[in-house]
Amino acid sequence: MNPLPSTATADPEAATGEPALAVENLTVDLHTPTGTVRAVDEVSFAVHKGRTLALLGESGCGKSMTALSIVGLLDPVAEVVGGSVRAGGKDVLTLSRPARKKLAGPVLSIVFQDALTALNPVQPVGRQLGEPFRIHHGLSRRQAKEKAIELMRIVGIPEPRARARSYPHQFSGGMRQRLLIAMAVALAPDVLLADEPTTALDVTVQAQIMQLLRDLQVERDMAVVLITHDLAVVAERADDVVVMYAGNVVETGPVREVFGNPRHPYTRGLLDSVPERAEKGSPLPAVAGSPPELSKIPPGCVFQARCPLARERCAEERPALTATGSGRAAACHFSEELASV
Amino acid sequence: MTTFLRKRIVSSAIPLVVVVLGVFVLARLTGNPVDLYLPLSATPEQRAAFSAANGFDQPILVQLWDYLGQVVQLDFGESLRTGQSAGEMVLEAFPATLQLAAVTMLIAIVGAVLIGSLAAYRPNSLADRTSSFLSMTAASIPDFWFAIMGVLVFGVSLGILPTSGVVGGPEVWVLPIATLLIRPFGVLVQVVRGSMVAALSAPYVKVARSKGASEPRVVFGHALRNATMPVLTVAGDLTIGLVNGAVVVETIFGWPGIGKLMIDSILQRDFAVLQAAVLLTAVTIFVLNILIDVCYALLDARVRQAVPA
Amino acid sequence: MTATLDKPDGSKDGKKNKGVPAVASRPPRWWLLLGRDTMAAVAAVVLGLVLLTALIGPLLLGDAAVRQDLSASLRPPSFDHGITGLLGTDILGRSVLARLVEAAGTTLSVAIPAVLCSLFIGSAVGMWAGFHGGRRENIAMRVADVILSFPSLLLAVVVLYVFEPSVANIVLILAVARIPIYLRTARAEAAELKSRLFVDAARTFGTTSWATIYRHILPIALPTLLTVATLDFCFVMLTESSLSFLGIGIQPPDVSWGLMVAQGRQFLQTAWWIAVLPGVAIVITTVSATILAAWVRLATDPAQRWRLTLPKNKRGKRTPEVSA
Repeated sequence: MNPLPSTATADPEAATGEPALAVENLTVDLHTPTGTVRAVDEVSFAVHKGRTLALLGESGCGKSMTALSIVGLLDPVAEVVGGSVRAGGKDVLTLSRPARKKLAGPVLSIVFQDALTALNPVQPVGRQLGEPFRIHHGLSRRQAKEKAIELMRIVGIPEPRARARSYPHQFSGGMRQRLLIAMAVALAPDVLLADEPTTALDVTVQAQIMQLLRDLQVERDMAVVLITHDLAVVAERADDVVVMYAGNVVETGPVREVFGNPRHPYTRGLLDSVPERAEKGSPLPAVAGSPPELSKIPPGCVFQARCPLARERCAEERPALTATGSGRAAACHFSEELASV
Repeated sequence: MTTFLRKRIVSSAIPLVVVVLGVFVLARLTGNPVDLYLPLSATPEQRAAFSAANGFDQPILVQLWDYLGQVVQLDFGESLRTGQSAGEMVLEAFPATLQLAAVTMLIAIVGAVLIGSLAAYRPNSLADRTSSFLSMTAASIPDFWFAIMGVLVFGVSLGILPTSGVVGGPEVWVLPIATLLIRPFGVLVQVVRGSMVAALSAPYVKVARSKGASEPRVVFGHALRNATMPVLTVAGDLTIGLVNGAVVVETIFGWPGIGKLMIDSILQRDFAVLQAAVLLTAVTIFVLNILIDVCYALLDARVRQAVPA
Repeated sequence: MTATLDKPDGSKDGKKNKGVPAVASRPPRWWLLLGRDTMAAVAAVVLGLVLLTALIGPLLLGDAAVRQDLSASLRPPSFDHGITGLLGTDILGRSVLARLVEAAGTTLSVAIPAVLCSLFIGSAVGMWAGFHGGRRENIAMRVADVILSFPSLLLAVVVLYVFEPSVANIVLILAVARIPIYLRTARAEAAELKSRLFVDAARTFGTTSWATIYRHILPIALPTLLTVATLDFCFVMLTESSLSFLGIGIQPPDVSWGLMVAQGRQFLQTAWWIAVLPGVAIVITTVSATILAAWVRLATDPAQRWRLTLPKNKRGKRTPEVSA
């Protein structure tokens, strides 16, 4: 694995000015049968146009829920209880529902994981791809279809004109994912959230899809938020990374530096568990244990139960996300210790 | 599409054949068919003459052949009561029932889709719980009693609706249709709600919302189409079940349709007419089943392309 | 990689379930669950009362249901004439209350055997067909399709024309008409279960097919089948009432609720209680059974049972500003 973000377009100019998406102290509660639990706890990050930010974490760490709250698609059991999400010059959380719908597509857009269920099985794909144009640009059905065919060509669907009449089940998994991406980028959104866009695909197809996303990002100058559990994808494709654990951000910063010199024991544990990093012949280290249930998150540090560095202080005081230099931050009382190892 | 339809027609035809043969078996093999056709007061001479005239003394296979020939020609014999051809009587009564059923199902489907979708949009909300309770109740009320209550309240007490008959303005339709409507409506609301809840939680609905689609567009443009399949199946079954309701409604309101004809011919032991009515109903159901299959294929490309095993 | 597959909503489900184990590992007693749902509890009590009335009511009321008293003809409901006069009298002066009680017995003695017959035969054939698959399954399903594609009332009408309308015949027709419902459900369950490991294991040990069905498939399919049966009880009751109302079901001097409505119909303008009250009895019974069936469906589904443990105000909590 190449720890350096080789293809990242780290344009320093792009990092100045107002970010395309700025999430601040986003907090989401989940109403479960046994009570209310906090699924996302004061998560903050920002991403500029042309840049890629990765939300990295294990299943259930709150990364998908963060994405869904940004685009306003949370299930009824979940509720945003605090924070702000700035995009398109507005705090989208304070907008009315119609105002928010106006932003869905031209400003904020999302690609889901499983393209088979994310595409409507009873509509021809051409119609689904043309829908954003019909909703936001008021195009006629015919005009929208032309736009859809154009989009299909851009994302590399062979014979787009003929295939526009086909239904989702008539495409391969990779092609469906391309369609889904085409639909999400149709209106050249400022921010594209991609929720595990390649998890359901073969390895070779994964690479193609990631490249397609990259090409579209450059072409349309989008900010991309990549939600993933795949360290290799983060290393190769992202500029910045936000590592989440049990609904909290534990470490954030430029990928190159965070991965090169992790300042949180969780990030370190994740990186150590990658096979290429381990010594030959020795057992593969892994982060022992599993994430806490959301209803049983301890009062102190969220990671204390699995942390090799845990001490008394960790059980009492939750470490705040504090700057560790050069645009980085980590939520650990002993991040200095890690830096020196 | 044609292969699909051909296969469906063949499988829908099986019940039809069973009914045709079933009527024959019931009529000939369960005793003396003459008892079915002639009044109990008929003399032995009359019975013998009738038996010979209708070939009941022939071997059973010959009778079957004759019977099938008659069925194909829609010749079901003559009514004992009126002497009119049974087939003609049934065909005359048929449109009245068809009108009643068509209007009822139209209202039931449109209404159920609206109310069911509304309930499914906010599961467990007050609107949802209310509509669940009301639709459950509607599906559990005996239709004959509902009709009588309607007559009692609107016909007898308030005197604003006619209690029977078909002559007059649109008001003669109100009570028969309301009666026929309650059960299919109650059942359909529950089915629409169930499949809409499932459809609205599907990922493609999230995707549609992420495109900025308006809520009506999400509900009716994306979810409803996907929820149609189970609704269509149940609506088909309910339309078949409407025959049950039609018998009751037509009897109570004196609606001159097939249901009333059937009950009248039972009470007056007029087997020729009963047989004709039953067979025509079976044919109608056969046609209906094929129409439902066509709707399926039109609505879902996956059905169209899949060749059923 | 340490991380595992993470679906957009899978993560949420994961969390949802994490809160549940206390419920899932030790399911609450069913009557406690029933107690939490007021509507279902009331429905269960009502059904119990109907059953009790049908069983012991006639013993208490003696021959009041058939005792004629022309001087008491068409008396409206009142408190003046003892318990038998509570709900009024019919044209022959017979107590409507006593007749309702008597009819409850008749109605249940048609509905319960019919439901049990179709439940037993349909489930057995369905599980057998689903377990073996292949041609046996095809034939069974075709037969079910044929019966289902024919309106039950029509079947009853023809058969009751040819044979005499008696309680036994009505039970028989209703049972036959409803067999396909159970057959389909049982087949689907059995077909799904037969591929599971524990059924395979039983088969490798040489257990006979009926023993496997009884021990491994029936316990899992039974909750679903019972739910269907509860719901079907309504249907059977309604069909019997319709038949009796039309004059081709229960015949006088027997009495059923449907027949009572028919008999009271001609006195609608003068004595409403004769036709109205038996209908009320039918509605109360069928609505109770429907509500109970809906509850049973929820309570027997492990994936849904947790809903019943929710406090009322938490059910269906929605946050419109955030989630569209």
